[in-house]
Amino acid sequence: MDEVTKTQLPNGITIHLKEIHTAPIISHWVWYRVGSRNETPGQTGISHWVEHMQFKGTPTFPSSVLDKAISREGGVWNAFTHLDWTTYYETLPAEKIDLALNLEADRMVNSLFDPKEVESERTVIISEREQSENEPFARLDEAVQMAAFRAHPYRHEVIGLREDLLKIQRDDLYRHYRTYYTPSNALVAVAGDFDTAEMLDRLANIYGPLPASPLPVHRPPAEPPADGEQRVELTGPGKTTYLRIAYHSPAASSPDFFAFSVLDSLLSGPTSLNMFGGGGISNKTSRLYRALVERELAVSVHGGLSATIDPFLYDVNIIVRQDRSHEEALAGFDDQIRRLQDERVRDEEIERAIKQARALFAYGSENITNQAFWLGYAEMFADYHWFTGYLEHLERVTPDDVLRIAQTYLRPENRVVGVYLPTGEEAEEEIDDEID
Amino acid sequence: MKSTSWKHLPGPDDTTRVSLSNGIMILTRSNFNSPSVSLGGYISAGSMFDPPEKLGLAHFTALMLMRGTHRRSFQEIYEVLESAGASLGFGASVHNVNFGGRALAEDLPLLLQILAESLCQPVFPPEQVERLRSQLMTSLAIRNQDTGDLADMAFEEILFPNHPYGRPEDGHPETLERITREDLANFHQRHYGPDTLVMVIVGAVEADQAVDAVQQALGAWDNPAPQRPPSLPPVQPLQATVRRHITVPGKFQTDLVLGTHGPRRVSPDFMAASLGNSILGQFGLMGRIGDVVREKAGLAYHAHTSLSASIEGGSWDVSAGVNPANLQRAIDLILSELKRFIQEGVTEEELRDSQANYIGRLPLSLESNAGVVNALLNIERFQLGLDYYQRYPDLVQSVTTDMVLETARRYWNLDRLAVVSAGPEMPADPAAVNDAA
Repeated sequence: MDEVTKTQLPNGITIHLKEIHTAPIISHWVWYRVGSRNETPGQTGISHWVEHMQFKGTPTFPSSVLDKAISREGGVWNAFTHLDWTTYYETLPAEKIDLALNLEADRMVNSLFDPKEVESERTVIISEREQSENEPFARLDEAVQMAAFRAHPYRHEVIGLREDLLKIQRDDLYRHYRTYYTPSNALVAVAGDFDTAEMLDRLANIYGPLPASPLPVHRPPAEPPADGEQRVELTGPGKTTYLRIAYHSPAASSPDFFAFSVLDSLLSGPTSLNMFGGGGISNKTSRLYRALVERELAVSVHGGLSATIDPFLYDVNIIVRQDRSHEEALAGFDDQIRRLQDERVRDEEIERAIKQARALFAYGSENITNQAFWLGYAEMFADYHWFTGYLEHLERVTPDDVLRIAQTYLRPENRVVGVYLPTGEEAEEEIDDEID
Repeated sequence: MKSTSWKHLPGPDDTTRVSLSNGIMILTRSNFNSPSVSLGGYISAGSMFDPPEKLGLAHFTALMLMRGTHRRSFQEIYEVLESAGASLGFGASVHNVNFGGRALAEDLPLLLQILAESLCQPVFPPEQVERLRSQLMTSLAIRNQDTGDLADMAFEEILFPNHPYGRPEDGHPETLERITREDLANFHQRHYGPDTLVMVIVGAVEADQAVDAVQQALGAWDNPAPQRPPSLPPVQPLQATVRRHITVPGKFQTDLVLGTHGPRRVSPDFMAASLGNSILGQFGLMGRIGDVVREKAGLAYHAHTSLSASIEGGSWDVSAGVNPANLQRAIDLILSELKRFIQEGVTEEELRDSQANYIGRLPLSLESNAGVVNALLNIERFQLGLDYYQRYPDLVQSVTTDMVLETARRYWNLDRLAVVSAGPEMPADPAAVNDAA
């Protein structure tokens, strides 16, 4: 987490570099400060759709060339759109990395947004949405998020509302692209097998000539304070009851965030900050697993805290046992929340959360792609120090802090309780046709 | 730069392979770039041993191993692991019970200790058996609502009738219900032993220390009479195309799986099939299938092919998630791509691209400890040789377009396919309009 070179080109692009010589690989990421947080009513899903269009070509790299170029060199690439950010990465054999730099610099300004490609991508994205609509937890997630926020764009899933996906036009997408895909709104992070001075020269040559433009200004409407517990109920096929409880949680830059991370770790198990590096740590000794699964109210429980610019949600997801009701599971859950509000946690519990975080960092540092991810990630909602100081911040958390967090944030009026109630309807017996 | 790349790939020079006197095979490779270790391994105790009326027994047994041992309770086991930020888990496939875990390097002895207790001394506490049964029942109920799982399961059932490859390792509600605590204990007694145990350790530990640590944890394990694997029935070719639709009410998307048998992992056809598969539905944005179904027609978010090669057989399939109204159109497009694939084969340029991809991505797939664990498990499981990844570029380069074409023709017969879909009721009129289109 040390020896990072940070600089800025005259056109406003921020650059973070870290030399790692453990494998002949370089991972290159371009981050833009744009996500569903930057969307306006009627245009939900537009950031994610722009991300898809970035794979559809420029005059220099037409889509038919683009989709083969990286793979041919043995590289991997992908992109992600989140609440606050959109990011693109390529990880390649070290000697091939110029391809990634040229490609990203080019599509920062030259993407075509061909109207025909816009139309075929419309149905692809609707198909992506329908895929998640098949999942009970995804449906519940969408309903709970919508109930949790009245004004703030965090109200909508990143994929966007179906009615908006049917309506958004090519010019809307292009405008969004030109507004947010600018040097001043971008961060380039590179980690791997290179020499820093040489890499800086290459970046200056390739990204330097891109014209500067003013920083996009966007202030999403502030969310009024929550004024009472909300309940959301969905029904759907199957035999399984799902429960999702979401509390408004602090922004990543809030001093409360780290104490909340400790609370999350001991209540529902540690949340990993790794995007690559596989798996996390199981949560079978977490308070909620013991109270819900071991006492046979639920078959699984998982929780997670998101690091975001504006206050978002801490959510806990429970799959209820078939012989129990969601009310029983919720009552068991509430007992554990009260316990956190009434009794101080022990010092050992905090130490344990720190050791778990230390282990997760070690696993995440096994691969260069994940290390490059870390270089940019925290800058999207706080700054790089947020990340480098993460363990130190955890070490400063006291039992009193955790008590205060529980009393401040885990109040019923600060939450949404969502439940998916099964109708019992099942898949139907199939009949084979033999076609000779 | 290229010449230095290969020193990062595992080979006989930096991989230690030794067996203990009780038969445990250990493969280990050091990597001090990060203060962590990964381990993985298997024992021949998979679902091929399941009695059909108790399908799911191997899986159930594997998941019970960490729910109480002679020395520790379920909560004590996980207290040790989770307090150290370590993880360990078991699961069953057809042939084997597999395990995997990781820890900070300082905690490797602890991880091996828990692994050894779980493998050698599980006690199957009755209360835990029932708790896990309830969890597994819920998993099956969730599986029964998952259009992708339902389609995959039916596809395998059609391809491998009366064969363990055609049965889900996690069983069915009625078979799970029949499994008793005694069945679990007996299954463990009969099938778990050191002689089929393979263990791979990769990370910040010297090879001799890793071997010593395994010797200390498992060197004394002895199980005199483990059963030999059953001989599996031969895989029979399909005699006609079988079309199956599973109606799952209340869903929005239909999952499609269409395919046939593929080569065994050790078949001489494997590499040509694998490269052909890459061109057909993997390379770039999911190869030709991705290009036609997703990029050009805009019919699906996911559309790709996969080749799954095991010990006794394999499968080769195309899968996609589509709006129910577009199902037939997607099937038609896929069939016409398959027809082109077996009539015309692939171009020199396509093959060169995929070959370059296979060779170029090696360092990337092998950079993390877990990646190397998988590579070494693969070497051992299929007896590929410790120099496999060093020979790999030549193996890849030796495939020609003619070999890809011959292999494609050997496995794909478009009159003998399994075509499965799972999702909402099929529209009566296949031309029904998708409001999104």
